[in-house]
Amino acid sequence: MFSRAYKAAVTLPPLVWVTVFLLMPYLLMFCYSFWSVSESQTIVHSWNLANYGELLRVDVYWQTLLRSMWIAARVTVFSLLLGYPLAYFLSFSAGRKKDLLYQLVIIPLWVSYLVRAYAWKTILGSDGVLNTLLQYVHLTKHPLEFLLYSPFAVVLTLTHIYTPFAFLPIYAALEHIPRNLVEASHDLGATPGQTFWKVILPLSIPGVVAGATFAFVLSLGDFLAPLLLGGPSGIMISNIVVSLFGAAYNWPLGAAISFCMLLLVVSLLVFSERLEKKWSFS
Amino acid sequence: MELLVSETRIALGSRWLLLHALAVFAFLYLPIAVLILYSFNGEGVGGFPPHRLTLDWYRTLFADGPIWDSVLNSLQVAIAAMAIALIFGVPAALALERAQFPGKALFRRLVLLPLILPGIITGLSLLMLFNVTATKLSLLTIVLGHGTALISVATTEVFAGLQKLDRAQEEASLDLGANYWQTFWRITLPNLKLPIIGAALLIFTLSMDEIAVSFFLIGRDNTLPLEIWGRLRRGITPEINAVSTVIFVFSLIAIVLWYRLRVRAEGGADAGAEIVQAIEGDAA
Repeated sequence: MFSRAYKAAVTLPPLVWVTVFLLMPYLLMFCYSFWSVSESQTIVHSWNLANYGELLRVDVYWQTLLRSMWIAARVTVFSLLLGYPLAYFLSFSAGRKKDLLYQLVIIPLWVSYLVRAYAWKTILGSDGVLNTLLQYVHLTKHPLEFLLYSPFAVVLTLTHIYTPFAFLPIYAALEHIPRNLVEASHDLGATPGQTFWKVILPLSIPGVVAGATFAFVLSLGDFLAPLLLGGPSGIMISNIVVSLFGAAYNWPLGAAISFCMLLLVVSLLVFSERLEKKWSFS
Repeated sequence: MELLVSETRIALGSRWLLLHALAVFAFLYLPIAVLILYSFNGEGVGGFPPHRLTLDWYRTLFADGPIWDSVLNSLQVAIAAMAIALIFGVPAALALERAQFPGKALFRRLVLLPLILPGIITGLSLLMLFNVTATKLSLLTIVLGHGTALISVATTEVFAGLQKLDRAQEEASLDLGANYWQTFWRITLPNLKLPIIGAALLIFTLSMDEIAVSFFLIGRDNTLPLEIWGRLRRGITPEINAVSTVIFVFSLIAIVLWYRLRVRAEGGADAGAEIVQAIEGDAA
């Protein structure tokens, strides 16, 4: 029912904009990753694989990438452990309070990321709220140093930030489970445990996959929480990229790392899409 | 009767679930509560118990020129980014729903990618573009960054709205002799009013809070989050708690407004789920 002109009019402007401001920058990043920096700190447009070679050769890069993935994996697991039962509770047991509780989970999402990371810093510091509280009630004599400037602080903060992200798709998946399936399972004599493991959990897998993808990908690329709370042992791959684009002035190498991250993220998205399709029942 | 039996069965494990839910809520709200509490603390941002409650930090905040300059910058950026995201995001949603063209799958992926891509990648790739084109970094480059990244939000919200839209109205309008332009302004757009306002609110708030993309595109003038970031690096006082509390209150107002809209849009699924569906599901 829509004419060619109509379709062109709605398609062309966003297509052009997205090409100029998204596609071209990503391609440019790809180009940069083959270039190099000369002695005089200018970028040389010589095409070679030296940057990628360096990524493989120098331990600190792939070790940091692995550590970032390990941090992101822990954040993902904790977010799911917090988010799934909460979503289940809201969907199956909360009754009329459901909507209110749902809003309560969403509200922290609207609170500035930076503000929440900062709040954890004031809680975890050596003279922060938690340490002074522990000393006040005489549980500890000295501040616990591992709380701040550690991978622990980064995992805790990112879990706090991404739990609502993990919760949302899981809750949506649970809400879409036809309740008569659950009834049927009970009527046929399944225990609540069996119903959960054999009916509810499999049907909610697409939501879990989506939530896990959100938590993993977004925490993998984070650089502000590690800068603010991570200390030397909490450095993540994005921090290396930031320093390569800043003081270390090696944009091409930074671009190579960023491009690898982009590839990693896109392949994870494709993978999780497949997984969701496989598990979706509709 | 059957229903009652299974309801109680489900409720069996719910005491643990309730405890777990309370714990998660405590975890989610504890930092926010601490933040607000210590904005009234006379001495320092930590330290238990808090003492000498005071409004001094708010007085300091309201007399703090650089903070207010950055608030003004952020407001300008957010409004401009909102305009860009809507001007391109609404047609993009129409294109995805109504047009077939080569490269559509790639287009959809590209538009939505900034939603899930870590901000650092979007920020850096734009930085390289501005570098190659010798564009000076300023608030304008931040606007372009935010606007482009947030097209994704406008598109997902409006796309969801379009799917609930009754096509018959548009057909009737066309049959009765209105042209496409008139139909768009008089039928399509008014029907999408709520998703568009919802998207605008969401984009505005996200832009006000955005830091990862801005971090790389910043010129001389700071946005509010970057101003706060700069201060965090220098040493922290409860003034930061005070400004965070003020931001929190404004965010809360935005949520309430947004929620009202959602309720009025009735049956509207939540934005989170829509965004997830758009990314993960097959929107094409």
